[in-house]
Amino acid sequence: MAFAGLLFLSSGLYMGWSLGANDAANIFGTAVGTRMVPFRTAAIICAIFITLGAVVSGAGAAKGLGALGAVNALPGSFIVSAAAATTVLWMTRAGLPVSTTQAIVGAIVGWNLFSGYPTDQEALTRIVGTWIYGPILGAAIAFLLFFVVRFILNRLHIHLIRLDKYTRTALILAGIFGSYSLGANNMANVVGVFVPASPFTDLRLLGVSITGTQQLFLVGGLATAVGVVTYSKRVMLTVGSALFKLSPITAFVVIASTATVLFLFASEGLEAWLQMRGLPSFPLVPVSQSQAAVGSIIGISLAKGGRNLNLKVLRNIVMGWVATPTSAALLSYVALFFMQNVFMQPVYV
Amino acid sequence: MKRTDETRGIFTSRAKTLQLDMDRFFSLVDQCGLLLEEAIKKYLDNKLDEFEEKAAEIDKLEHEADNLRREIKHRLYAEMLIPDSRGDVLGLLETLDNVLDTTKHVTMHFSIEKPEVFPFLKEDFLELTQTSVKAVLELTLAVRAFFRELYRVTEHLDKVHFWEHEADVIEERLKRKAFASDEIELFSKRVHMRYFAERISHVADESEAVAERLAVYAIKRNM
Repeated sequence: MAFAGLLFLSSGLYMGWSLGANDAANIFGTAVGTRMVPFRTAAIICAIFITLGAVVSGAGAAKGLGALGAVNALPGSFIVSAAAATTVLWMTRAGLPVSTTQAIVGAIVGWNLFSGYPTDQEALTRIVGTWIYGPILGAAIAFLLFFVVRFILNRLHIHLIRLDKYTRTALILAGIFGSYSLGANNMANVVGVFVPASPFTDLRLLGVSITGTQQLFLVGGLATAVGVVTYSKRVMLTVGSALFKLSPITAFVVIASTATVLFLFASEGLEAWLQMRGLPSFPLVPVSQSQAAVGSIIGISLAKGGRNLNLKVLRNIVMGWVATPTSAALLSYVALFFMQNVFMQPVYV
Repeated sequence: MKRTDETRGIFTSRAKTLQLDMDRFFSLVDQCGLLLEEAIKKYLDNKLDEFEEKAAEIDKLEHEADNLRREIKHRLYAEMLIPDSRGDVLGLLETLDNVLDTTKHVTMHFSIEKPEVFPFLKEDFLELTQTSVKAVLELTLAVRAFFRELYRVTEHLDKVHFWEHEADVIEERLKRKAFASDEIELFSKRVHMRYFAERISHVADESEAVAERLAVYAIKRNM
C-alpha cells in the first residue's frame, strides 16, 4: 500500500483510537472504577472483542452508513473522517455526550453537499430515527432487565461475598458482549467511509481469504485496541467514579442493555432471522453507544421510580442530535473545499 | 483458633470460607447476648460461681470475635473482595464489636464491683437485660439479612429500635424506683443501681447505633 494511502487512513485511525479511548470506557468504566475488574483484564477483553466484532460483523452497519453516501476518493474519506473526529474532540471538550455516529453522518452529508451526490433521504431518515429510538430502546431494555435482576436477587438470597464473585463474572461477560457489539456496530464510524475507496486488496493467508474490507476493519480494530491500551484507563476512572454513580450490579444492567441495542442494529444474522419470519427487523446502521448508555441509565432511574432523573442529560442528548451533525457537516464541507482547491487532491470522482 | 476449621474441606472456596467466618462472627455476637442474660440471672440468684463462669465465657468469645474480625478485614483487603461495599462491611463489623465490648464490660463490672441488687429491683434488672439482649438478637438478624435478603433488613431494624426504646423505658423505671425507695438507705447505693441500669441499657444503645449505620448501608446496597 502506498504511503499516501496510509497517510489518508490516519484520520480513520484517529477515529479508531478515539473509539477505544472513550467508548470502551463506557463499557468497563464502572467495573474498573469500582475495582471490580482490573484494568488489564478490561483492556485485553476490549481490544480482542472490539476487533473481533469489527471483523466478523462490522460490515452490516457499514453498508447502512454507505447507503447515505459512498465517499469514493481516498482524500475525501480522509477529510470526512477527520471532520468527524475533530467534531468529536470539540464536543467532548464542551462536556457533551458526543456520538461518533452523529459526527460521521454529518460529515458524510457535508461530502454529499460538496460533491453534488444526492443524500439518500431514506437512509438518512433510517439513521436519524435510530438516534431517537436507540436511547429509548436502551431505556426500555434496562428498565426490564433491572426488574429481572432484582427479582432473581430477591429470590436466590445470594450472600454478598458470593454475589461479588458472580457480579464480577457478569460484568466481564457483559463487557465481552459490549465490546463485540461496539466493534460490530461502531467500527463503521471508524472505517466505513474508507470502504468504497479502500486501499486494501483481497488477501489469502494460510488458506483463509480476507477481503480488503475485512482488512480495513482489522486495522480499525487495532487502532481501537491502541486507544484502549493507551488512554481509556483515565476515562474509565472518570466514568466509574465521577459521572454516574452506578453500583456494580446496575453497571451490569447498563452495559448489557447498551450492548443489546448496539447488537440489534449490527447483526446481519438477526436481521435475516427476523425477515425470514416476516417480522420487522432493525436497520443495520451505526447507533450512538454513549446515548444508548445514557438511555439505559434513564431506564434504571425510571425503574427506581423516576428519582434522580436529570433532565439536563436529556436536553444534552437532544442538543447532540442537532449540534453534532451540523458542525461535522459544516467542517467537512469547508475542509473538502481546502483539500480540493489548496492541496489539489481529488475528494470525489 | 478453633472456629469453623472443622467445617472446611480442602475444596471449600475462599468466598465460602469467608462467608463461614462472617456467620461465625455474627453467631458470637448472638452467643454473647444470650450469655449475658444467663450471667445476670445467675448473679441475681446469688449463684456467683456460675456467674463468673458465664462472664469468663463472654470474655473468651469476645476475644475470639476480635481475632475473627481482624482476619475478615485482612482477607477483604488482601483478596480485593466486595470493593464497593467493603468499607461498609468493615464499619459494620467494627461497630458490632462495640456491642460485644459493652456486653463484656457489663459482666466485668458486675464481677469487679459486686453491686448489691435490692430484691425489689431484681425483676427490673432481669427484664432490662432480657430486653437489651432482644435488641442484640434482632440486630444480628438484620445484619444477616443485609448479606442475604436485603429487603428484610428494615423489618429487623424496626424491631431493634422497638427493643431499644423498651430498654430505655425499663431503665428509667428502675432508676426512679431506686431513688424513690426507702429500702436503699445509702445514696451511693442508689447511684450504683443507676450506674448498672445504664450499663445494661447501653448494650441496647450500642445495638441501635449499629442499626442506624446498617440502615444507611442497606440503602446504599439497594441496587
